[in-house]
Order: sequence, then C-alpha cells, then structure tokens
Amino acid sequence: MDTALLVTQLMNGLQLGVLLFLLASGLTLVFGIMDFVNLAHGSFYMVGAFVSASLVLALDSFILGVLLAVPIVVAVGVLTEVIAVRNLYPRNHLDHVLATFGLILIFDELTHIIWSPEGISVPLPHWLQGQVELLPGVILPSYRLVIVGAGLAIACALYYVVSHTRLGMLIRAGASNRTMVGALGIDIKTLFTLVFAIGAGLAGFAGMLIAPITNASIGMGNDIIITAFVVIIVGGIGSMKGAFVAAIIIGLIDTLGRSYLDDFFKLFLGDEAAETSAPAISAMLIYILMAMVLVFKPQGLFPPKVR
Amino acid sequence: MTEPVLHVTNLRKSFGGVCATDNVELSVAPLQTHAVIGPNGAGKTTLISQLSGDLTPDEGMIRFKGRDITHVAPYRRSHLGLARSFQITSVFLDMTVLQNVALAVQGHRGHSFRFWKPVSQDPEIVKPAFATLEQVGLQDRANDPASDMSHGERRQLEIAMALATEPDLLLLDEPMAGMGPEESATMVETLKGLKGEKTMLLVEHDMDAVFALADQVTVLVYGRVIASGAPQDIRSDEAVRRAYLGDEA
Amino acid sequence: MSVEAKTNRILPIGAIGLRGWVMIAVLAFLAVGPYTAHVLGQGFYLDLATRLVCLSIAAVSLNLILGYGGMISFGHAAYIGLGAYCVGIPAYYDYTSGFLHFPLTIVVCGLFALITGALCLRTKGVYFIMITMAFSQMVYFFFVSLDEYGADDGLTIDYRSEFPVVDIEDGVTLYYVCFVSLLAAIYIVHRIVHSRFGMAIRGSRSNEQRMRAVGYNTYAYRLTCYVISGVMCGYAGALLGNYTNFISPEMMDWTRSGELMFMVIVGGSGSLFGPVLGALAFLQLEDQLPHLIQLLGGAFGDLGFSELGQGIKDFSKHWRLIFGLLLILTVLFARGGIDGILKSIERRRRD
Ligand SMILES: Nc1ncnc2c1ncn2[C@@H]1O[C@H](COP(=O)(O)OP(=O)(O)O)[C@@H](O)[C@H]1O
Ligand SMILES: [Mg+2]
Repeated sequence: MDTALLVTQLMNGLQLGVLLFLLASGLTLVFGIMDFVNLAHGSFYMVGAFVSASLVLALDSFILGVLLAVPIVVAVGVLTEVIAVRNLYPRNHLDHVLATFGLILIFDELTHIIWSPEGISVPLPHWLQGQVELLPGVILPSYRLVIVGAGLAIACALYYVVSHTRLGMLIRAGASNRTMVGALGIDIKTLFTLVFAIGAGLAGFAGMLIAPITNASIGMGNDIIITAFVVIIVGGIGSMKGAFVAAIIIGLIDTLGRSYLDDFFKLFLGDEAAETSAPAISAMLIYILMAMVLVFKPQGLFPPKVR
Repeated sequence: MTEPVLHVTNLRKSFGGVCATDNVELSVAPLQTHAVIGPNGAGKTTLISQLSGDLTPDEGMIRFKGRDITHVAPYRRSHLGLARSFQITSVFLDMTVLQNVALAVQGHRGHSFRFWKPVSQDPEIVKPAFATLEQVGLQDRANDPASDMSHGERRQLEIAMALATEPDLLLLDEPMAGMGPEESATMVETLKGLKGEKTMLLVEHDMDAVFALADQVTVLVYGRVIASGAPQDIRSDEAVRRAYLGDEA
Repeated sequence: MSVEAKTNRILPIGAIGLRGWVMIAVLAFLAVGPYTAHVLGQGFYLDLATRLVCLSIAAVSLNLILGYGGMISFGHAAYIGLGAYCVGIPAYYDYTSGFLHFPLTIVVCGLFALITGALCLRTKGVYFIMITMAFSQMVYFFFVSLDEYGADDGLTIDYRSEFPVVDIEDGVTLYYVCFVSLLAAIYIVHRIVHSRFGMAIRGSRSNEQRMRAVGYNTYAYRLTCYVISGVMCGYAGALLGNYTNFISPEMMDWTRSGELMFMVIVGGSGSLFGPVLGALAFLQLEDQLPHLIQLLGGAFGDLGFSELGQGIKDFSKHWRLIFGLLLILTVLFARGGIDGILKSIERRRRD
C-alpha cells in the first residue's frame, strides 16, 4: 500500500474529524445543558465562513480576519439566543426542530442579502500555501496541518475549561442536573446564553477553518450538520468526550472508506463488483456504524451518567 | 399452606450508590391484601416497578403464580395477570374516561393488530369497560374527557384501568396519594369492595387506610425489610415505631 | 341510558361541523377545480394540484406516525425518494409496468421502514429525531453515489408506469389517480386510528409505560405503524415520480423532510384532514408569497411612498426570510395549526 497516500488520507480524515468535533461539541453542550435541539447550528458554521471571508479580504490578513470573526459569530449566537432560542427552551423537542428549521431559512436568506447567492473564496496567506514534508516522501499542504492543530488545540482548551474552571463546573453540573445549577444561585439565563454563544463560536470557527478550502457558500452548514448529529448519537448526546472520540472515528471512517473501500472489497469480490458497490457502501458507512452502535449501545458510546 | 401468588427472594436494585431495594423478601398469599409501608424514599415505588417489570432488578428472583418472571417483559406480565397502578396518575388525558378503561380492556384481549373495525362499536371491549367503571363508581363520567376529572376521580380511574385487565394480583402504588379526606374515604370504600376478591399489594402512606385494609404489613426502610407481620403486631413493634411510626404518631 | 346509547357518543356521528365542511369544500374543489382549469387552458393549475395531492398523501402518512403515534420522524422524504426511484430505475431498464413499479415501491419502502424503524424505535426523544434524519441522509448519499442512475444530476423517467385501461401518460388521468389515492389514504388513516391498532398507537404516544402495564407490546405496534406510514409515503413518492418524469436525490434531502413536517404541523398534527390543509397552505405560501410582497409594495407605491414601495418590491425575492419567520411564529403561537384554529372557532360557536 502507498504509505504517502495513506498518511494523506489519515490527515484528511483527522481534518474532517476535528471540524466535526467543533460542530458536535457545541451541539452536545447546548443539548446537555439546555435540553435544546438546534438544527440551525450549521448556520453558525456558514456565518463564520462568510464573516471571516469578508474580513480576510477587507483586512488582507488571514489571522486578523479570523480573530475578529470569532467574536462576531459569538455575538450572532448571543443575538439568536436572546431573540429566538430563549423562548423555545420550555417547549418540546418537536417545537425545537421546527422553529430552528425556520431559523435556517432566515439565516440562509440573510446571508444571501448581506453577501451574495454565490460563494466567496478565501485566499490563504503565502506562508500557509506551502507544503510540508511530514515524513520522507509524505508531503502535505501546511494549511491542513494548521486545521488539525487548531482543532486539537481547541479540543484541549475545551477540556481544560470544562474540567478545571468554575464555568466548566457549572456546565458539568448543568449537564447532569439542571435544577442544581439553579439551586447554586447562578443566573441561569446568562449561563444558557453563554453556553449557546460558545457553541455558536465553535461552529463558526470550524466554518472559518474550512472556508479557504471549500469557499464560503450558502447551505454549507446543512450537509455537515447531519454528520455532526451522527457524531453525537454515536458519542452519546451530552457527552463531550463522546463527541471527540466519535468525531475522530467518523472523520477517519468516512474519509478512509471513500478511498480504500474498493480495494478492500476487491479482496473478496470481483474487480467490477467491488468498483460498483464500493462508492454506494462508503457513502453509507458512517450510518451503518451509527446503526451498529445503536444496536449495542442505544445511548451511545459514552452515555451521560444521569439524565 | 397454599402456594403464594407472589414470592420475592433476595431482590436487590441500586441506582449509582443508592441501594433502593436491598435484599427484599416478600410473599403474598392468594386473596390477601398485603400492605407495604415505609417513609418517603424507602424504595416502595422501586419495588413495585421491579414487580411490574418497568425496572430490572440487579439480583434476586420474582415468582408469580409459581413462575419465574424476573426477566419477563412488562406487557407479558400484564397478560399473566399482574396489574399495577402508578403513584403519579397515568391516565390518558386526551381520551374520555370510557376510552381510558377500554384501552386497558383491549390490552388484555389478545393482540391489537386489528386495523379496521372501530373500537367504539366493539361490544367485546366497550361492555367490560363500562362494567369496570361501575365497579369504581365512575359510570356517570364515562363520556367526559379524562382531563375534566378531579384528582380523586383520576385516581379512581387509575385503579379502574388496572382492574380492567382482570388481574390476579393488583400492585397499587399509593392509591390515595395527594387526596383529601373525603376522596380518601371513597378510595378506601373502593378497595374494601375489592378486598377478598383480588390479591393486592398495597403501597400506602395513609396509616388508617393501611390498618383498615391490610391482612399483612411489610415495613420497608432504606430499601430493607425491617418488619413483616399482621397489622396489630406491626403496630406494636418497637423497631417499626422508632423507624417509622414514631414521627407519625 | 343504555351502554350503546352512551358509547355512541364516543364517535359523534351526525353533526358535520365547521371542520367537516372545510374538508368537504376542499375535496370538492380538488375534485373539479383543477380539471376545470385544465379545460379552460390553465394547465398550470393541474400540475400544481397534482403535486399538492401527492405531497398531501405524504403528509397524511407522516401524520399517522407523527400526529397520532408521537413518533417525530425527520426522515420521511427518504420514502418519497425511494418510491420515485422504484419507478425510475425499472423504467431506465425499460420495465414500465405499473404492476412492477408499485409492488416494488411497497416492498422496498416496507423493508427500509422495517429495518430502520426497528433501530430507531429502540431510542426515544431527540435520539429518534436525529436518527430518522441520519437514515434519510444515508439514502440521499446512497443515490448520490449511484453514477449509473445520474447521481446528483438525477434521472429522467421517459415513460410513466403502464396500467391496463388507465393511461397515466395523460395528465388529467394521472391527477385523478392521485386524487383518488389521497381519498383512499385519508379513509385508511381514519379507519386505522379508530381501530384497536389505532388506539394502541395513540395510547403509546401519551404514555408508553402505562400502555405496557396494561399489556401492550408498544414496540411492535409502533414499528408496524412506522412501516405502514413508510409504505404509504413511498406510494406518494411513486406517484410524484410519475408526475415529474424526473427524479433526483434532492427530493429526499433532509430539508424536504422538514418541509413535510411543517405541512403536518401547519395543518394540525393528529387531525385527519389537517395535513392536507397544511400541504395546501405550504405550497400556496411558497408560490404566492413573492407576489403578496410585490402587491404590498405596489400598495405603498400607490399611497405615494414610491421609494418604500419599490424597496418592498425588490425585497420580494427574499420571500424565504418571511417564510422562515412565519414558520417560527406558527410554532410559537399556533401549535394546533389550521385545524386547531377551526376547532376553536367551532367551540366558540357552540358555546
Ligand atoms: N430512576 C432512578 N434513578 C436514580 N435514583 C432513583 C431512581 N428511582 C428512585 N431512585 C432513588 O431510590 C430511592 C427510592 O425511591 P422510591 O422507590 O421512589 O421511594 P418511595 O416510593 O418509597 O418513596 C430514593 O432514594 C430515590 O432517590
Ligand atoms: Mg413512591
């Protein structure tokens, strides 16, 4: 087997994995603490991509653009929470999905109005356009490494915040026992807004990272959000650790499946049969994984302790 | 001695660190009314739920009419003749009173894979449902929505739904929960009407009711049986007085 | 009062009521309106009505599990797509018999519903919503990966399903086939929800634990209901595929499932005719909203606010924004949907 190709594919899988984690961590936080299902979470991914694209182009600096875009997306998250989402917490899950489905239409159309129906491409600075020779003969685009590195750094930061800070303590308390947080005398409304905005910021950051590769485009969040749902189903809804592990697994399986499944099938199928069936099966691979997890652990790999 | 209807051995169930049912032994003889009393959080509801199959015990065995039902699904237990009522009223508020009971009758009459004939015109279901309502004195409310009923009436309906499955053993979880004195009196009358006809396992807080109805009393504290016997023996049991009755007397 | 006299009141027969009249009026209009338009040379309305009727069948099928069964499936568009491909793929190989297409639809959708339903129904609440969504996305990506059948670009169906006597190549005939199918679907759901099975389903929606305690194997009943609904929705998809003569994975994108759900909710979930009203409202709004905004802009222009008027007119291409807002407002303030509004008018009249 071609090692260089394998390493490249592993990195691609890892890249998808960290992006999925950035999305799924917000979803799982919001669900764990507010018991709220947010279909429009992918919209923050899109908004992040567009805002950073504009800023990068206007300021002619990638770093500055992204740094400024994050607080803007967080602010969009705060606004969304205060105007719309807050009124939905007391409602049931059906209302959540319906209303946030409406929110997606609004976000998509607003993006259309503010930017344009066409996507925006984001130029990378020179120092990120290069390639790195990771191992002898294994050459990777340096930006790919930046995405994986940034994603892992965020994962570590999140882990630190959740396990070592006061905010994290509240988050953990909130995820396992909602009434307790109220009893601690914490302003629960502010906590909810904060958590929602952090989730929005994480999703937006994922969008910013991917924009130089795929462009910012309307509806970009609507495809990946379903995969993020698969991640939290597999990981266990409400579990941060589950979101991380499942995101990496699913990122790898999806990427490796698409490139190696036909070779794998050729081991016991004819060449032609393998080549026709492999694309269809690899498109379904992560869902098959999800189904298998459901059979053996209906609550996901890392079910939250008390619910 | 006749074989007990219900025989529980070594039953154990814990939630995390809390042992809600700790090595419980219990036997209910045919046509007896067996009361289980104990302070809040003693594990009474947890016990009932294991008997009904809503919870799976960690250890131990439940025998019902001589058969091991420890791992039998709740709906199968219902068909075997086990019925429960819930401490938190569990009637269908979007249906009429009669429909509620009809649903229970239907659950007991074989399978429900019948897709075409309207239930409301099915005498096989409606007649027994109406008869059950008469048994608990709700016949005049038959066609009112369950949501229009008072708390006391809903508790009566709760019992009617359990009765409608023609059980050999009734598990009643605090039938008088949240009732005023008048409503309680009605419920005691209803249960007295059943006494001697049905085998009952009665979880109750109301001591007067327990001593008026029970043939046997088991006292549960922190998941453990601390005493079991005839009502008058329990009343005079020192340990029970201290652990439980003391704060009520 | 005798038992019979009392029990008759469970199902009020006799009084039709406002909701009944609305249903009769809409069905009567669907029976003659589109055909009249077609005869008068307005074929467009026949097309619109065919689409409406097909989607209504799908909404009625979703309502069976969502409204009566409390199973919040966010993946029903998958069945529309599966049904359509069950027409398109055989037609691609020149197998054009409807007696192949429709039984195939039933088998494929039934099996898919059985397998995914068996898994989905092991879970509850949000898990169920997300998992149904994920499985429908799986079907979507499955068809996207099938290059042979057009992948992303879709597949043109050259010949509609062939039946003896009835020729659905003819638009009017196809419309009436769809319309009669809708009537049948409504009647079937009506019979089901009042049968023993229907009561078991409705009970399981409110309180599964209680249902088990009185002897119901709720899982089996729900799964059966899920399969019935999937097959019915697949049937709607097969009709839709025949009507559009074209199928693509886009038909089963998860946002399509969301739209289907909105039809049920806007119309009134758990009511017999609500889904049809919802589909009607949804398609009309989608179709008319840009015009309505234009009209509003025109009115402002006439009143002398020409700039504002023009601004509003220009805004009409962003009607989706208003659409999204309306959806959210429906969820927040009109949860009973159109049927709920009719019901409350009915009640006020009675009092
Ligand atoms: N589902 C559960 N998860 C965790 N703990 C539980 C659960 N159900 C009951 N408990 C605990 O088990 C103990 C017994 O509860 P319960 O059976 O409801 O008592 P009782 O009915 O006698 O008032 C309590 O400490 C309660 O907190
Ligand atoms: Mg209790």
